Amino acid sequence: MEKRRKVREFKPGSVFYACLVYLFLYLPIFVVIAFSFNTSEMNITFEGFTVEWYGRMFENRQLMQSFVNTIIVAVASTALSVIIGTLCALGLYKFEFKLKSMISSSLYIPIVIPELVFAIALLIFFSSIHVSMSMVTLVIAHVTFSMPFVVITVRARLAGFDKSIEEAARDLGANELRTFFRVTLPMISPGVISGGMLALTMSLDDVVVSFFTAGPESQTLPLKILGMVRKGVSPDVNALSTLMILGTIVILLTATLIQGKLEKKM
Amino acid sequence: MIKSFKKRIGALVTVGPTVLWLGFFLMIPLIYVIGMSFLTKNAYGGVDFKLTFSNYAALFSSEYVKVFADSLWLSLETTVICLIVGYPFAYIIANAPKKWKPALVLLLMLPFWTNSLIRTYGWNTLLRTEGIINHFLQWIGLTDKPLEMLYTDGAVLLGMVYALLPFTVLPLHTSIEKLDKSLLEAASDLGASRVHTFTRVILPLTMPGIFAGSIQTFIPSLGFFFISDMMGGAKTMYIGNLIKNQFLSARNWPLGAVLSIVLIVITLILMRLYTRVGSLEDMA
Repeated sequence: MEKRRKVREFKPGSVFYACLVYLFLYLPIFVVIAFSFNTSEMNITFEGFTVEWYGRMFENRQLMQSFVNTIIVAVASTALSVIIGTLCALGLYKFEFKLKSMISSSLYIPIVIPELVFAIALLIFFSSIHVSMSMVTLVIAHVTFSMPFVVITVRARLAGFDKSIEEAARDLGANELRTFFRVTLPMISPGVISGGMLALTMSLDDVVVSFFTAGPESQTLPLKILGMVRKGVSPDVNALSTLMILGTIVILLTATLIQGKLEKKM
Repeated sequence: MIKSFKKRIGALVTVGPTVLWLGFFLMIPLIYVIGMSFLTKNAYGGVDFKLTFSNYAALFSSEYVKVFADSLWLSLETTVICLIVGYPFAYIIANAPKKWKPALVLLLMLPFWTNSLIRTYGWNTLLRTEGIINHFLQWIGLTDKPLEMLYTDGAVLLGMVYALLPFTVLPLHTSIEKLDKSLLEAASDLGASRVHTFTRVILPLTMPGIFAGSIQTFIPSLGFFFISDMMGGAKTMYIGNLIKNQFLSARNWPLGAVLSIVLIVITLILMRLYTRVGSLEDMA
């Protein structure tokens, strides 16, 4: 019975279908990567292999600036989200207070409302209080949509947390700070890492919110590409996009591996 | 006494920053949107502080009704296609041999990790009149002159399905994975055909996943203006582009605010429907 089932699960039809869907998912990524090695200046057909664009992209100052902006915003917003979000999750776990259930359900608002509406809301708000768009507004916007995800992931980790270990540490004479850094934090770290990964991905992936909350000096790489697409994109953009694609994948794969290791240790 | 004071400080220090942050950068801005929707647009692209309901009345003009209808239709098409393509795919991953599964899920997540605009731009390159797909089609002799693929409604639909497919597949996968395999064996032991097992056992049991996947596909699809910008021919106007235009070219912020409120209302209605079947936690 078991054997027959296994054979059925790996039917060639299923394999073929899954491959088709994966091909669909990866096709545009392969195109961007392939064209970054294209000798032709036009983004139309593949003419020959070159790595020229990987050098040329450094000369395109505006493009490089947008890339640097993307990284700064992603790192800053992830760090802030992780700190504020982890604190909040710990507080919600440890303390009982008024409005607690209201606060925890309001965390779902940024997850549920369409990001376009949220982007518009920030645009109206900032311009009404005469704050012009900059890297700061961009980071604020990114923290707002990613922080709730950190809270929820860390809370989920805390839900399986054995309180008696913390108590044991206290009984053995560790003070509150020491207990936190030596017991609580290591225990919840897989949750903190996956929350941080979510925040990082969301920041790097965002287009809609950045579109409305970035100033002319704080354009991110995706916004830059959006502006160029109709007029035609230069191949150095493909080179930089390739670096961004591969960079993200490497960072997140590493984080996944670290997280898996930590979870095993627990 | 001291203990309760300490606890209060603790709660304030830990949860306080989040409450302040969301209050300042989410709640207050949303209130501003509501406020803006009642103001009057002036001739300079700014607003006058004169209360009016005319922005709401404008919603009922045939022009905007058409935009809503087109947008909802596109989102529905996107959701249905994502479900049809995604369900068997999620099913295959969920039932793949154990040692393959983590790799298959990871392969699904990888494109998700790279920026959606860059991926959409990849499609833009592929579909161009002088692009790779047209070259290929001509080379194998399927057509003798290039097809107009980019900047059509079909291209927008393709871009939408592409961007949202992982949003559909992940909840479906979770839900199919939870499925108790012994129920399937029971159904087949009791003589149910495979079609019957699917429609009477598998489908009802994975309904929460289907709902979660649909909501997570439908709601974001309403706001993805950049996909219709990059793939569409500007022949059909969608709600996301309409809202964007009110804040950029048309400079009619009050109307943009009203349109955003419509988007919130649509979302709330969908969420209301959804919470009757599933729970919010399934979404995150």
